[in-house]
Amino acid sequence: MRLAILGAGDVGRSVADLAGEYDHEVVALADSTSAAVDPDGIAVDDVLERKASDEALGTGSPDDVFDTDYDALVEATPTTLGDAEPGFTHVQRALEADRHVVLANKGPVAERYEELRALKADSAGSIRLEATVGGAIPVLSTIEDCTPQAVTAVRGVLNGTANFILTRMAAEGLDYDHVLGEAQDLGVAEADPTFDVDGTDAALKFVILANVLADGGFSLADATVEGIQSIPGSALDLAAEDGRTIRLIGEATRDGVRVGPRLVPESGALAVTGTRNIVQIETRHAGSLHSSGRGAGGPETATAVLSDVGRLPPL
Amino acid sequence: MGNAPESGDEDDPDAETDGGLRAYTVRLELVDEPGELLRALAPIADNGGNLLSIHHERGNITPRGHIPVEVDLECPPDRFDDVVEGLRDAGVNIIQAGAEHYGEAISVVLVGNLVETDLSNTLSRIEDEADAVVQDLSLAAPEGTNGISSARARLAIDSGRSGDVLAAIRSIGTDKDLTVVEPLLGGEA
Repeated sequence: MRLAILGAGDVGRSVADLAGEYDHEVVALADSTSAAVDPDGIAVDDVLERKASDEALGTGSPDDVFDTDYDALVEATPTTLGDAEPGFTHVQRALEADRHVVLANKGPVAERYEELRALKADSAGSIRLEATVGGAIPVLSTIEDCTPQAVTAVRGVLNGTANFILTRMAAEGLDYDHVLGEAQDLGVAEADPTFDVDGTDAALKFVILANVLADGGFSLADATVEGIQSIPGSALDLAAEDGRTIRLIGEATRDGVRVGPRLVPESGALAVTGTRNIVQIETRHAGSLHSSGRGAGGPETATAVLSDVGRLPPL
Repeated sequence: MGNAPESGDEDDPDAETDGGLRAYTVRLELVDEPGELLRALAPIADNGGNLLSIHHERGNITPRGHIPVEVDLECPPDRFDDVVEGLRDAGVNIIQAGAEHYGEAISVVLVGNLVETDLSNTLSRIEDEADAVVQDLSLAAPEGTNGISSARARLAIDSGRSGDVLAAIRSIGTDKDLTVVEPLLGGEA
């Protein structure tokens, strides 16, 4: 497939870098200010080098991407809330041009799922979104394989930063602020970790899961979300006395979405440690399935994008 | 109590130990002889159960002249029958066993200005409004009684009512500006 990649952050760059291994060609890569476009395939290494030294990606403007002959648009611009722009418009333009879309950006599918569904219905292209939930972990494709109707709930840990903080607090008996600082020093938490620790990031993913289970109907505003900022070390100590620990757990069902700190058995499957993520897919006929792995990161998420590209039908 | 459920795990290919744990209460009666308690508890760990707490009511005597003992344990749901069977095989007299017969035990952790917001009132409201019995309470107030503290309460509730109970506790938490850390129920956590 010929890929046009919008967004040159960790994920967009990794998709460009790894596309060749998956036998796909990159015909465009754009960030918010410039684009490298070549119908015969861009020289990925050169473009990534220019990005690394803060130069323009190429001579084109980001808009030129849409005039290129591509098969699938990879939308990997930063997630935005509310109207989910500019990601939503990017998806719209691709679908209206009867191209496929592979999303790594959570915004459009969490906030405007029904509109995307309507656009897809009128397009020869299709939408895939594995990379929006759980990085490298095959979550949506597993649900697709089980069929969404046979899945009753999805629960789990889908934010590595919050999980890292809670794990360290429990293991070292340290307080939230101390561990957050440490996580920032290690690059596990961003300078502004708000969306990770207040549950928003995890909630977006569980909203997407609820939309997949119920075929739409949810946005972030429908989720009940609590963060981990108010959890002191003493709460984790008390939980441990009882063989339990606290994790930022999300739950998505057809009835709603909830994210918040919850008590889970210390030795249970959901109590993953560090930045690891896990999902538990509860099925109607086959009990629970668990998948765990790296829920974020450039190459990790890029593998989900490229697996999705491989699942696209020929145009 | 931290008896890791090690023995038995490897022997039983059907055991699903990654599927999560569930708390159970088992009521036993023991003959008042030295070593009886230890003998009664061994089959629990041997069958993959993890002891959480033991209430040994030495002052109480059952009508048959035995001592009632209440044991809280957790184990994967599909191991609980083995635990009960192991106890019976060891000749331990079981009065009641399991969630089905004896209600459920759930734990919640409360965080906030617990002392200033009158912890004992909070607990009585949980008992009244959530219809739960507080079996056990641990408090940690590292900042002193004026700061943020945490409390863990183990509650005995009727089977199948955990959703209602937790909703009631959530609303008490909202009233008193406390963070309620609920157990994750449902699925095989």
